[in-house]
Amino acid sequence: MSARETVLGRIRDALALAPSAPTEIPRAYRTGRTLPDDERYELFADRLLDYKAHVHRCTAAELPTVLARVLADRKVARVGVPAGLDDSWLAAFDGEIVVDSADVPAPELEALDGVVTASAVSCAETGTIFLDGSADQGRRALTLVPDLHVCVVPLDTVEVGVPEALARLVPERPTTLISGPSATSDIELERVEGVHGPRNLEVVIVG
Amino acid sequence: MSITALGTPTVPPRGSGNLRGVEKFPDAAHHELTDSQLRRNIGKATHTIRAKRLRVTGEVPDWEALRDAGAAVKKDVLARLPELLEQLEAAVAERGGIVHWAADADEANALVAQLVRDTGSDEIVKVKSMATQEIGLNEYLEAQGIVAHETDLAELIVQLGHDRPSHILVPAIHRNRSEIREIFLREMPGVDPDLDDNPAHLAEAARKFLRHKFMTVPVAVSGANFGIAETGTLAVVESEGNGRMCLTLPQTLITVMGIEKLLPTYRDLEVFLQLLPRSSTGERMNPYTSMWTGVTPGDGPQAFHLILLDNGRTAALADSVGREALHCIRCSACLNVCPVYERTGGHAYGSTYPGPIGAVLTPQLAGMNEPGDPNATLPFASSLCGACFDACPVKIDIPSLLVELRHQKVEQAGLTVEAAAMKAASLAMSSSRRWTAAQKAGGIGGRIVAGKKGAISALPGPLGGWTAARDIPAPPKQTFRQWWDSDEGRAAMAAARQEGGER
Repeated sequence: MSARETVLGRIRDALALAPSAPTEIPRAYRTGRTLPDDERYELFADRLLDYKAHVHRCTAAELPTVLARVLADRKVARVGVPAGLDDSWLAAFDGEIVVDSADVPAPELEALDGVVTASAVSCAETGTIFLDGSADQGRRALTLVPDLHVCVVPLDTVEVGVPEALARLVPERPTTLISGPSATSDIELERVEGVHGPRNLEVVIVG
Repeated sequence: MSITALGTPTVPPRGSGNLRGVEKFPDAAHHELTDSQLRRNIGKATHTIRAKRLRVTGEVPDWEALRDAGAAVKKDVLARLPELLEQLEAAVAERGGIVHWAADADEANALVAQLVRDTGSDEIVKVKSMATQEIGLNEYLEAQGIVAHETDLAELIVQLGHDRPSHILVPAIHRNRSEIREIFLREMPGVDPDLDDNPAHLAEAARKFLRHKFMTVPVAVSGANFGIAETGTLAVVESEGNGRMCLTLPQTLITVMGIEKLLPTYRDLEVFLQLLPRSSTGERMNPYTSMWTGVTPGDGPQAFHLILLDNGRTAALADSVGREALHCIRCSACLNVCPVYERTGGHAYGSTYPGPIGAVLTPQLAGMNEPGDPNATLPFASSLCGACFDACPVKIDIPSLLVELRHQKVEQAGLTVEAAAMKAASLAMSSSRRWTAAQKAGGIGGRIVAGKKGAISALPGPLGGWTAARDIPAPPKQTFRQWWDSDEGRAAMAAARQEGGER
């Protein structure tokens, strides 16, 4: 008998010995919440700052200037971008722009001073940004290996809570939830920002 | 293909691996309690995280509704386990993943080793995983000549310290910063000899040490927090980014997942991604969560293996009461609030799963065998105070499960000294004459044993456990029944009657 048949047979035996009926799921928790733009922004920014991320807010027209300033403040000379990033975003940046592709070995990403990407959706209440591997966000390694991630978040993609944000995702896409820079609490449960992922997260909220 | 059960169903076999200590819990606890440094470290850590958890669960007005939903989803999963597992298997396969099944720890270990060998690599990077700790994967791979590098900071501290994990979430919770510094200085290749005990500097040392491994080791092994039957999506929640590194950079990913880790639908994540981080690290959300479905061309590992592990889970499922322990999402909130865990630490439980949930999960996964089995002492490692039930995000009624397991242990053990004593007491109490005689004998005997100090410090034989930590006062010269029958008693009662009549 294969292990598969063994395990499935055991489960059926167990359920025959102690029968159990399918259960109705009570979903009385909050879903479908909305908030005005400014309140959503305030909530989201508050959470991000709590995680020690850096937050900027601008209009779509101001975005190239703001990105150029953020990168200059971080002394970024070489910035990585996913192939599908809107060219106009980095129009005011005067350093080198490296367009990523799947055949670039991961260690080469370490030579980047930072990376600029878009995002899929965000959750204000938990300060979480969802990346889903779309062309303007790139493969997962791109936002992981460099030490600085500058992430652009349109305010109309910021949902109030976790249920509202998840509902906007495509499950089968490789998805990364980011809530602040990497951190550990493994030593005496004292939070330390910055372990293996990007130690610096700059969030530019547009709208 | 579906399997038709023929004949009488049998209780599935128990699991094996790191699910049994070498000492009974009271003996092991006794050693651990003498380590005051350990008690200080664990006390400080559990108190810190308790306060954080209360703050972030308190700010969610629908917390109880989320707990209700979480508990119901997990109950539903167990009721529909065969169909959901087959659904997951089909969804993962459709997206280019390969699904394997393992009936026990040995099968799972052998599968992982073979899959690693097939890649030609003799080393792996690992994401912190309870399932692989449970099956003793690292030890098995080492014997097969395969080096496993733990990449979670706490797991790294445990591995470099040749130590055992003592907490589900923070395996090195029993170590303080200066101990960790010493371990790094002694064991970490290439470490800066001037390293101090600042947690940020210790984390930085781990980052440098592991970076090269992430970039070069071609195989990763992970566990899974959730597996979505509907879509075949797997999820790992973490903080440091070591999980993202392992799940993204190697060419091959092998994930070992307990069969109870399923969620029926993607939507169910909306419940568990709220319950887990707030209960676990006391954060609104953990820094990173990775979700992947099979293989994505041009992004992440191009070979993905999922191993579905039983190892005693079906034995627990066969118990209509005990199966509730399979709802556990490994948040560790119950450990952090437990007055027993806080004092003994995790090692005393002898299992991968310590604390209140470990005391119910371990005996069910691995069984309570002969009377001397350390696992048979775990259901007694509790004062039944109920703090764990209140803290559990999926409402596992741990105190009731402990009582049920105590009952099962007593049933299995047959006529013990305790049972014999109860039987004798029942016989004596069933007759007024016999009870009076027994009390009289006990009173005289007890006062002789107690002597002039009026207290008994050591009862003989198996009753000695009662007096190991307390004295018993000597029995009074006169029992209540003797006093009732005396002149003094009769006079007191007559006075009371008169007083009552006057009112």
